[in-house]
Amino acid sequence: MEKKTALYEMHEKCGGKIVPFAGYLLPVQYPKGILHEHRTVREHVGMFDVSHMGEFIMKGKDALANLNNLLTNSFTTMKDGFVRYTIMCYPDGTTVDDLLVYKRKDEDYLLVVNASNCEKDFRWMQEHLFGEVEFENISDQVSQIALQGPEAVSIIEQFTDDIPAKNYSFRDNVSIGGYNVLLSRTGYTGEDGFELYCRNEDVAALWQLLLDKGVEPCGLGARDTLRLEAGMPLYGHELSDAIKPSESALSFFIKLDKDFIGKEELAKTPERKRIGLILTDRGIAREHCPVFQGEKEVGFVTSGTFSPTLNKAVAMAIVSVEAAEENEFEIEVRGRHLKAEKTALPFYKRNK
Amino acid sequence: MEVREELKYTATHEWVKDLGDGVYEIGITDFAQSELGDIVFVNLPEVGDEVVKEEAFGDIESVKAVSDIYSPFSATVCEINEEVADGAEAINNTPYEAWLIRVENVTDSVELLDAQQYQEVCEHE
Repeated sequence: MEKKTALYEMHEKCGGKIVPFAGYLLPVQYPKGILHEHRTVREHVGMFDVSHMGEFIMKGKDALANLNNLLTNSFTTMKDGFVRYTIMCYPDGTTVDDLLVYKRKDEDYLLVVNASNCEKDFRWMQEHLFGEVEFENISDQVSQIALQGPEAVSIIEQFTDDIPAKNYSFRDNVSIGGYNVLLSRTGYTGEDGFELYCRNEDVAALWQLLLDKGVEPCGLGARDTLRLEAGMPLYGHELSDAIKPSESALSFFIKLDKDFIGKEELAKTPERKRIGLILTDRGIAREHCPVFQGEKEVGFVTSGTFSPTLNKAVAMAIVSVEAAEENEFEIEVRGRHLKAEKTALPFYKRNK
Repeated sequence: MEVREELKYTATHEWVKDLGDGVYEIGITDFAQSELGDIVFVNLPEVGDEVVKEEAFGDIESVKAVSDIYSPFSATVCEINEEVADGAEAINNTPYEAWLIRVENVTDSVELLDAQQYQEVCEHE
């Protein structure tokens, strides 16, 4: 039985088409549709219910040492009030999950993980903890709204001056219309924007405040097309227990100058690589579609969709490093071979 | 959701229009386009191709997913709607004008539904 987020009634009221996703009932789209929602976020501002995400607290004298051991990124030089993207790997280098680490202050961190991996992550981390550390899963107490798009700042400015100035930074205990929010300048769309963490009791009122400012609600469908255009990985697609981050164009987030679980495997030169493809034949490649060069199968599609910004079908694929040198590919879609050309990731980059 | 009195329907959400002289026009219903969401591509057979009753004769790609389109007839394709092939969003905008194929030489047919029967099918989905 899927769980409902604290915004479920709001989604119904806004006409959301509800689907099961990662153990939750969430809107895939609202009445105006995915393309409209996608363009709204690219050109104006939209909001998403991302309350399904998991949140853990890690505190104590050895919190930093544990994070550095469990995760591929390094947190040693991280300043208070900043956020870091990281991957968590198994000893064989494949992926437990990807997550965000928030540093409130020394010995006090907030971790944000994927809903579908929340319990697995918590167990994995708990099993590997050492020293003096408190570790708690607070997912059921926290709701989250992602406010995304070029007009996100002007929306937040109507409520507060206490705005995190830099990307991947945050402000704690910000008051938005009288509600206490952790205001994070992060997102999963390739646009400027915020993620607002709050209590379950407050989230519907916050959603209503944003609706009243003209912010349009957006669903999982647009969330996926937006993150895909931005070239951002999604667990279960570009990362999984069969895919290493070093194979998925994420080496920037792997710091080999420290020790961590999976380091030995991740230090090796990968044999596969994640690339971007634009389909030149008509059709949409979806995940798992095999990728060919001539007769030879060289990899598979990890995610594919229609890109509303490019007005073309795009896909991310993991292919052999030799194949990745070439430009021309074919993707098998429902028995047909569609031509595709390699392109640099991301497919879309905003003008800053 | 719009259901048109003058059309016939299938339980798989295609509509059929009798053009006379043994020629039939086939499209997908308002209910179907609404369920699919934003449609971006449609793959259709070619003129002269044989279509088979209850088998897919093409597919429709929306941003969300791909769906087969099933043939109500065993017949021969005599015309393709090139405008829809080049601008699939017409199916979202005007599902009952945006026909997909026209067929002739019908040798077999599924049991077609009238507007009221089709309305009931939709209400149960």
